[in-house]
Amino acid sequence: MKLEGRVWKFGSDVDTDAIIPARYLNQSDPKELAKHVMEDERPAFKKEVRKGDILLADKNFGCGSSREHAPLALKAVGVSCVIAKSFARIFYRNGFNQGLLLLESQEAAETIKEGDRVRVDLAKREILDLTQKKKFSASPIPGFMLELIKDGGLISHIRKKGLKKR
Amino acid sequence: MAKTRPMTITEKILAAHAGKKQVSPGELIDCRVDLALGNDITAPLAIQAFEEMGAKKVFHRDRVVLVPDHFVPAKDILSAEQCKVLRQFAKRQRLTNFFEVGKAGIEHALLPDQGLVLPGDLVIGADSHTCTYGAVGAFSTGVGSTDLGAVMATGRLWFKVPESLKLVYYGKLNPWVSGKDFILFTIGDIGVDGALYQAMEFSGEAIKALPMSSRFTIANMAIEAGGKNGIFEPDRATLEYVKPRAKRPYKLYESDPDARYAAVREYDASRIQPQVALPHIPSNVKDVREVGKIEIDQVVIGSCTNGRLDDLRVAARILKGKKIAPSLRLIVIPATQEIYRQAMKEGLLEIFLSAGAVVSPPTCGPCLGGYMGVLAEGERSLATTNRNFRGRMGHAGSEVYLSSPAVAAASAVKGRICHPEEVVRSR
Repeated sequence: MKLEGRVWKFGSDVDTDAIIPARYLNQSDPKELAKHVMEDERPAFKKEVRKGDILLADKNFGCGSSREHAPLALKAVGVSCVIAKSFARIFYRNGFNQGLLLLESQEAAETIKEGDRVRVDLAKREILDLTQKKKFSASPIPGFMLELIKDGGLISHIRKKGLKKR
Repeated sequence: MAKTRPMTITEKILAAHAGKKQVSPGELIDCRVDLALGNDITAPLAIQAFEEMGAKKVFHRDRVVLVPDHFVPAKDILSAEQCKVLRQFAKRQRLTNFFEVGKAGIEHALLPDQGLVLPGDLVIGADSHTCTYGAVGAFSTGVGSTDLGAVMATGRLWFKVPESLKLVYYGKLNPWVSGKDFILFTIGDIGVDGALYQAMEFSGEAIKALPMSSRFTIANMAIEAGGKNGIFEPDRATLEYVKPRAKRPYKLYESDPDARYAAVREYDASRIQPQVALPHIPSNVKDVREVGKIEIDQVVIGSCTNGRLDDLRVAARILKGKKIAPSLRLIVIPATQEIYRQAMKEGLLEIFLSAGAVVSPPTCGPCLGGYMGVLAEGERSLATTNRNFRGRMGHAGSEVYLSSPAVAAASAVKGRICHPEEVVRSR
């Protein structure tokens, strides 16, 4: 699986209220959520983000609430992948459950710049900055979580495998 | 025979629910879940996931709990529709524990009070503050809606066994200091990702001296340090709380003396003064005496962090016979219907009303900028809630400060953030 996109750079501790403010959580329609993604944090983002774009962040991306509306909203605007130094744990689970690829790489988070074109090769766990012509390696992801990405999230994964009453 | 590795309380509960003799940090395990929780924001997506997965029936009708609490009584049509989704699902699935407005309250105050979460349980909830139940010695953590949907269908979920971080508090508490000050102080020390992916185990003589209400407050904010769960070993206070409430058996676990920790941090409680977290991150913490002159427009006393009876009692002790500053609004929110009723019996509501407060029915409303106290641009609120991210309580240009109920009540009288001593001389 390969992805390519333009980078939007964010700082550390980007919280889920910043990704999608709670005042829009009286519904969960991805199209509605997409209208307000990063609204308070970076107002231009929702207008200028393009399908395939990649988010780059410092540490603890997605901290705060458990709202799955956060990865859902990012996916709805076409974000293909988030690369960060680290992720808050609930957001990390939610991202994979929604089929949103999350990669941890300290080096990439420090080196890649806003607007760079970046290619991700999931099989090789490789992050390639095409603008700077630099290559980084992402932390390993457990096999079954990779399956979630390939299947497009936990729901499709379960539908494919069948729901086991355990 | 191979000797089992010493384990922490968190590892023991996870091992028991994975059907294993022992587990180690980093290990991926599949666990049986005792109780699964959703609210009016997260459950609609979970129910959708449950149905899309092809599930027909919840794994156990007593063990799936739905609590509409965030935007109830419904603040608008969309919120009403979300509550309707919960109500209809609860009816279809014949859920024992659907808590309608009037019987309910804020989930994390409600569930322990109802005896639904017990020592040794493994609890998940589609709400990040599900970590609150660690106060009774349960493993309890927040997940998203899809995970909740999967648990509702199967009664199981995968976990990565966390490393444990041991936090030891010793020494004597200062006047007006409560659990909120302990946890704010700790988050100020280790940061909002200081316990990322870790189990925060709270221990020490100063912890043993804290009432359950303070322990709930501490466990509640483990997530604000990035923690997977916060946990306390059950003791006499735990059992006094749990025994009259429990309707099923439970199990007490404690950490082995030689259990392994990622780190052990010690705090001298006598050095912890009332704390305030300044905008826009919960780790931006200072002693209340060091914040300077911060005038405020609104004070909120309530939430899953500090809406319990003890919280209202301490606020009332400070507000008794006083008026709030004329420039300020005070919103008091008892966390559950029962707390509301008890506060009424004890005359606390009368004290709040006389002081010039508005008393709201139980809701999460203002904490997350939903309703019942949303901030305008440039406004400043001091709240006993748990998060002060930019825009958390309203306009992106507003500010939220976090404190204990004692500091919040005193500050409501003064109109600026202050130490309770400035309002009440002795305790």
